[in-house]
Amino acid sequence: MSVQKTGVPMSEKQISSQVGKFTSRGVDVYYGDKQALFGIDIDIMENKVTSLIGPSGCGKSTFLRCLNRMNDVIDICRFEGEILLDGQDIYASEIDVVELRARVGMVFQKPNPFPKSIYENIVYGPRIHGMIDGRSDADEIVETSLKRAGLWNEVKDRLNEPGTGLSGGQQQRLCIARAIAVNPEVILMDEPCSALDPIATAIIEELIDELKENFTIVIVTHSMQQAARVSQNTAFFHLGKIIEFGETDQIFTNPRNQQTQDYITGRYG
Amino acid sequence: MSYLTLFAFLICTIIIGYFIGNRRAVGMRPAVKSKLPENKLHSLPGFHGTYVALWCGIPSLLLLFAWLFLEPSILSAMLGNALGDAGIGLSQDQLELLKGSIRRAAQNSQNPIDDTLLPVVESYKNIVNSTGIGGMVVIGCGAIIGLYFSQKKIAQRFAARHRVEKIFSIIMLLSSLVAVLTTFGVVVSLIFETIRFFGMVSFTEFLFGLHWSPQIALRDDQVASSGSFGAVPIFAGTLLITAIAMVIAVPIGLFSAIYMSEYASPRFRSWAKPLLEILAGIPTVVYGFFAALSVAPMLRNWGVDFGLEISSESALAAGVVMGVMIIPFVSSLSDDVINAVPQSLRDGSYALGATRGETIKLVLLPAALPGIVSSVLLATSRAIGETMIVVMAAGLAANLTANPFQAVTTVTVQILTLLVGDQEFDSPKTLAAFALGFVLFIITLCLNILALKIVNKYREKYD
Ligand SMILES: Nc1ncnc2c1ncn2[C@@H]1O[C@H](COP(=O)(O)OP(=O)(O)OP(=O)(O)O)[C@@H](O)[C@H]1O
Ligand SMILES: [Mg+2]
Repeated sequence: MSVQKTGVPMSEKQISSQVGKFTSRGVDVYYGDKQALFGIDIDIMENKVTSLIGPSGCGKSTFLRCLNRMNDVIDICRFEGEILLDGQDIYASEIDVVELRARVGMVFQKPNPFPKSIYENIVYGPRIHGMIDGRSDADEIVETSLKRAGLWNEVKDRLNEPGTGLSGGQQQRLCIARAIAVNPEVILMDEPCSALDPIATAIIEELIDELKENFTIVIVTHSMQQAARVSQNTAFFHLGKIIEFGETDQIFTNPRNQQTQDYITGRYG
Repeated sequence: MSYLTLFAFLICTIIIGYFIGNRRAVGMRPAVKSKLPENKLHSLPGFHGTYVALWCGIPSLLLLFAWLFLEPSILSAMLGNALGDAGIGLSQDQLELLKGSIRRAAQNSQNPIDDTLLPVVESYKNIVNSTGIGGMVVIGCGAIIGLYFSQKKIAQRFAARHRVEKIFSIIMLLSSLVAVLTTFGVVVSLIFETIRFFGMVSFTEFLFGLHWSPQIALRDDQVASSGSFGAVPIFAGTLLITAIAMVIAVPIGLFSAIYMSEYASPRFRSWAKPLLEILAGIPTVVYGFFAALSVAPMLRNWGVDFGLEISSESALAAGVVMGVMIIPFVSSLSDDVINAVPQSLRDGSYALGATRGETIKLVLLPAALPGIVSSVLLATSRAIGETMIVVMAAGLAANLTANPFQAVTTVTVQILTLLVGDQEFDSPKTLAAFALGFVLFIITLCLNILALKIVNKYREKYD
């Protein structure tokens, strides 16, 4: 059940000529005394899907959480280096984390809808960011977000039922809809399909493919097939370092690094 | 011989029983190691030992308790026999008095006794000795018989493991029954005495009467003490003080819980939280004199500054101090339930660009609401049942007022004053305490049921 890739493969030259949405330079991250990331340099392209792959514990989630400063929540976590979003340092002191997170949304490994109605789940973000004027505004945001997340038809008659009552795959799409509702520029996804069955996974992969028209997407995944299916660029992490970063087609068909080769062919990991 | 020796003997038998069982099982271990179940010891030797020890201990301890309860009546009956002619023609009370003096004389030869009764005293001493020894022998034999038969059962395939578990599950069942039966007993006695009270004082007077003055004339000609049992003022007082206490405790407790769980650094939390819980461990008497000696005068002085008339015993002083006392109940439980809200919900909210405050207000508090409500209701029950602080700080005057600056009294305080000092057990004054206690019990019960209902209704909200 492979999902057809719609993106046209690009040549190396095209990639480097494009503007990076995110530019990460020399990113080191420490948990207490333990260093989790070592000098990460990558560029995440606008309106592309970038996948982060690598063995467990190599720092994929850590890097992803740097992009919307979710690591700030962890007391012992320390960040060094520079990450630019549209040329602006997101760790600069004048940056408001709350506004950054409105621009860079996130979907988690385990679906985590709020224990509220489906409707309330969607309007949560827009409401706190003052994007809603009156009931009709809210209704519209709910409808468009759920439609873009491909959930509208399944839940349109039960918008007032709790979001926690949906199936796992529906909950994950609800979380995606919730993230879309604040109209971010980037959506980060940390293993969004790891708790889902193949059918729900296929639906989400299809969704990611559609979403990249409007959003820049970064996805962490343990499934090589998924990375190959949905992403245009792939970064291979190992022990907190970037081993190889490039176009997905090239990484999967013709990796330059032996470690990458071993990992994607399943010889270690 | 004394019960102490008997007890030591039982302990020794139990320990010996354990080792006998253990050794026998070890001796039955098959020589060849094999995977087949029939070639293995069914249970580890320790279980066999425990099995024997339990059979040694439980029946003999049961016998011991039975003996402790039965011995007095057995002795009394035997004393009656020994008295023979001396007891004839005496009334029941006189007979008991006579028996009592013989008992005392037997215990201590200093105690005076009629010379004609000396032989009876002597024979009573013998009776006491022989029945005592007899009882102990029976109990000791019980232990040894238990040991003998249980160790005989030990065999390679004997399921000691399951038997021991069964015995322990019975012990646990009995333990929980003790708690249940005690509650039941208390409630039943409350109900009975309450019914007796309502036989003397009308139900409507108690529930709707506006005047509380429970002093009953002991003599018919006594003045100024016709009892009247209108309980409205004291329930109103309870309500007033509880309300003041909750107004203090709920916001402070809730805010401190939120600060502790969401804002405080782990270091601050590690010393502040235990400190807050110590507040719950301070005896209420201490709060009581704190309220009476520090808070009440202070409030009165402030009152003078503001031109308010605050009496030195006021509902306000008691309520404020009681509020402080129950802060830990609200904060500690609320802190736990807020902490129990999954981190993933916080992450979800932060990732949408919510601030901490918004996350707390919109996600954490709604998710933790059932727990918070039940902690508040628990604290309310505590406040309603509190006595010491009110006795000292709010006084005994049963005023019917909503003015927190006046002295009021509460249900618990009235129960206390009704029962302090010498009482006739069947006067309405004493029985009123039971009626008040019963109503109080009903109120706290309703609060607890309400709390449970709320918690159950919203339980599966997040998961
Ligand atoms: N909150 C934390 N506190 C301390 N160390 C952490 C924390 N989170 C992650 N680490 C450490 O940082 C390193 C990278 O972890 P990270 O979660 O980024 O790995 P990952 O690549 O996402 O792994 P997985 O594929 O299993 O999710 C690991 O060694 C991990 O032990
Ligand atoms: Mg991870």
